[in-house]
Order: sequence, then C-alpha cells, then structure tokens
Amino acid sequence: MSEETYPDDLRYHREHDWVRVEGDEAVFGITWYAQDQLGEVVYFDPPEVGATTTAGESYGELESVKAVSDIIAPASAEVLAVNQGVVDTPEVVNSDPYGAGWLIRVRLSDPAELDGLLDAAAYREYLAGSQAEG
Amino acid sequence: MSAAPLRTSLHDRHTALGARMGAFAGWDMPIEYAGVRAEHRAVREHAGLFDVSHMGQIEVHGAGGRDFLQRVLTNDVSRVGPGQGQYTLLPTADGGVVDDLILYGLLDRFLLVVNAANIAACLDRLREQSPPDVEVLDRSPEVAMLALQGPAWREVIGPLCATPAPLALPYTEITEDQVARVPCLVARTGYTGEPGVELMCPAELAPRLWDALVGGRVAATPCGLAARDTLRLEMGYPLYGNELSRDRSPIEAGLGWACDLGRGGFPGAERMRREAAEGTAERLAMIRLTEPGIPRPGCAVRHEGAPAGTLTSGTLSPTLGVGIGMGYIPRALAAPGTPVAVDIRGKVKAAETARRPLVDTNPRKGDPE
Repeated sequence: MSEETYPDDLRYHREHDWVRVEGDEAVFGITWYAQDQLGEVVYFDPPEVGATTTAGESYGELESVKAVSDIIAPASAEVLAVNQGVVDTPEVVNSDPYGAGWLIRVRLSDPAELDGLLDAAAYREYLAGSQAEG
Repeated sequence: MSAAPLRTSLHDRHTALGARMGAFAGWDMPIEYAGVRAEHRAVREHAGLFDVSHMGQIEVHGAGGRDFLQRVLTNDVSRVGPGQGQYTLLPTADGGVVDDLILYGLLDRFLLVVNAANIAACLDRLREQSPPDVEVLDRSPEVAMLALQGPAWREVIGPLCATPAPLALPYTEITEDQVARVPCLVARTGYTGEPGVELMCPAELAPRLWDALVGGRVAATPCGLAARDTLRLEMGYPLYGNELSRDRSPIEAGLGWACDLGRGGFPGAERMRREAAEGTAERLAMIRLTEPGIPRPGCAVRHEGAPAGTLTSGTLSPTLGVGIGMGYIPRALAAPGTPVAVDIRGKVKAAETARRPLVDTNPRKGDPE
C-alpha cells in the first residue's frame, strides 16, 4: 500500500477522482483516499475506447474482493485509451494511484468544466470535513 | 444492531497492525491487513492466523446430554466420543436451519461452536428442547478463538506446544494442551480447506497466544474475514446467512451427508427424507465464470436466456483469478459443467456449474497415512 498523498499538479472531483490535464488531453484516475476505502483492487471494468464520459457520471467500475465502486468522470470527454496495465494487474491502483494506476486517457469535451474541480489543498480540506462528519 | 460494536480481546492487536476493520454480526472485526490476496495465498501456501473470537461456544452438560443432542441435531451424535468433532446442523421445527456448527465431545461435556450471528438463536432453540437433566451454557463471552490454517501449521505451532499431542491430532479431533503457556482446546478443524487447527482459550490470554503465533521463527500471517470468505468459497463451504437459512433445508444445500436420515427422530427429518428421495426443486450449486467479471450475492443466474435462480455468494477466486459463486438453481442444471450465465449489474457473463472444491487441496493434506 502507498502513502497518503494528493499531488499538487492534479485537479480533484468530490467523488474522489483526479484528472491530470495535458493540453487538450487528460488522464483520469482515483485518489489515494478512494483506493484506501475500496481496499485491494482486484478488477477493473473499463469503458471502450471511443466511448464518451459525462462529468459526474460513472464511466467504469473498480472492484475489491468485497465491494464494487463506480468510477465517476471528473469531466466530460472521449476515451482515447484504457490503461491495460490496470486491467491486467488491478492492484497497481493501490500501490501507485497517480502513476501506473491511471485508468483512462481522454480528450476533454469542455475544458471549462475543470473550473468546477478542486485543487489539492481544497480536496484535502474537503476530505478532512467529510471525515469529521462521519 | 444499533449498540456499539463488540470487540474481541485481540482488537488492539488488529489496529496496531493497521487492519481495515468492519462490522460483522455485531462485532468490529479485521477485514484485511496487508491485503486479501496475500493473506489468501499465505493460507494456501504457508500459514495464516484468524481471530474468530466472535464465534460462539455453547456447552451442554448433564447425564442426558448425549441423548438430548441426538434428538435436536441432524448428524449422528453416537459417533462423537470424547476428543472427537463432527459437522452438524441445528434444524428448525420444520426442517430449515437455525445454524450449522461443529459439535465436539469432551470428557465431561459437549462443546458446540456456532456462528456469531446465531449464538442467541442457538441458545433459544437448544433450551426450548432441553430436559431437566441437561444444562446449556453460553461460554462465548469468556472464550477467544484463533484459527491457524495452512500447510505449515505444524511448523508454526510445534515449538509452542507443551506436548506433541496437537501435532499428531487427526482431522476433526480435539485435545487440550498448553500453547505458548496458554491453556487451550486445540481442534483439527477450520473453514479454509487447508490443514490446521482452531484454538480456544480464555479471552484474556489470547493476546499472548496471538503474539506467539505471528511472532515465532516460523510465523503465521495475520488474516482477516475477507480472506476467510474467499478461502471458504473456493472450497464451496456454505456460509450461514448466505447459503443457509431457516427457509432452506439441508438437502437443498447439499448437506444431506450431515443428516442421519436413516436414524431420523430430529426435527424436520421426515421432510429431509422425502426431499432426499424425491429431489428438491432447487439445489445449491458452485458456479465459475468463463469470462472476466466478479459475481456478487443477489446476481441473477440465467440458463438459455431464462431465469435460473440467484447467487447467494460471489467473489473473485484469488487462486484461480476468475469469478466464482454459489447459488440455488434448478436441480436439473446443478450437475457440474452445465453452461449458465450470471447477470452482473446488467452485464450477462458466461459461466458454468462446477464441482466442489474449485482448488486442489483438502484439510487432511500432510497428515501421516
């Protein structure tokens, strides 16, 4: 298992997903918090290349032995590639959620949607708040 | 279940190890430590240690104990002498299952190890049928239970035992010994399909026993309830609350071998005898996916497009790397190798019924011939 981190170069969605913007393309994944809640990931059901994601809606599923989790798209986009490494060895989502554990590469449909996402500091604050409630 | 969750006497060991904890039958139990797959592999290939102190221990005392148990349990109690254990069922009045349990014979009493969720139900069911010369006692609160499971169990426990008796114990039998200077009942039973022992000791001494078993030269790997579930499911062992209930008979569940129908005389015996002769509409079957996906309890089973029952358990088999499950399906389809499909949240996945166990192991492995 990895150390709890939330890199500064990513934007975060409240459903515990991150996006790394690279020009008009971007990479999606789940946060350290999300993989910790899920436990050891054993299965990734990815979208098809060419499919579209809608901000705030599920684009695939990650499963641990005990639980299934919808993966929520942080932004609307077209799927350009799926991380076959995660399909083959899903536990890399636990060991390296921001690196080898990326899930899909996309072309963003509306980059303005990114303005609604959190930066690392705001996401950490959001986590602290939601944990205090729970 | 709004009361604060119960804690075993090993709770601080689990949190110190960084276990992910979760609610189970009213208890706050370790779900996984390092990860379910590593724990599962440790049990199949070496040795794992489970805290199963949530399980219940019920003692039956008195001169009439044997006759009483013969009237209320499904298996043949006459085969359970001192030092012997037996898988059996406590049936409802109409032949459903109150609980599945292991009955042990001790020198002066019988011991029933029951599921955590069913301790109160078992006590009620036993006491409502018990005669005046029989006493039914709940020892659960003062007893801790650890399961040491895996082919290396002898190397782990051997250096800690006061006598060689536990190492020579045949499968299903029980003895008393000191392990790490803790007085224990040592039983050659378990719920993983691997050889091993279950240890029962005074709850306050369990931390010393735990530390010795995970901290010796040959150490067992701490394992949580998630691995316990994947291990039992690969073997096709039923779990009460999933496969077994008051509404399903042992015959439907494939547990006729634990029901002494020739003898009869226990609640539900007539129904079970009839079902065994005529067959039940549904049978519990093992299912293996033939394409990627993880089946879950509640998933619909289909056969040639038509509904064919429901899964009661499902997971990813860590050993096989494929989705596996159990469910009640029409009897005609239950024969191993029948093609079926499983509806996983709207995606229909190809599957087949399979013979139990799914993995090549057994709890007598490594025993002297």
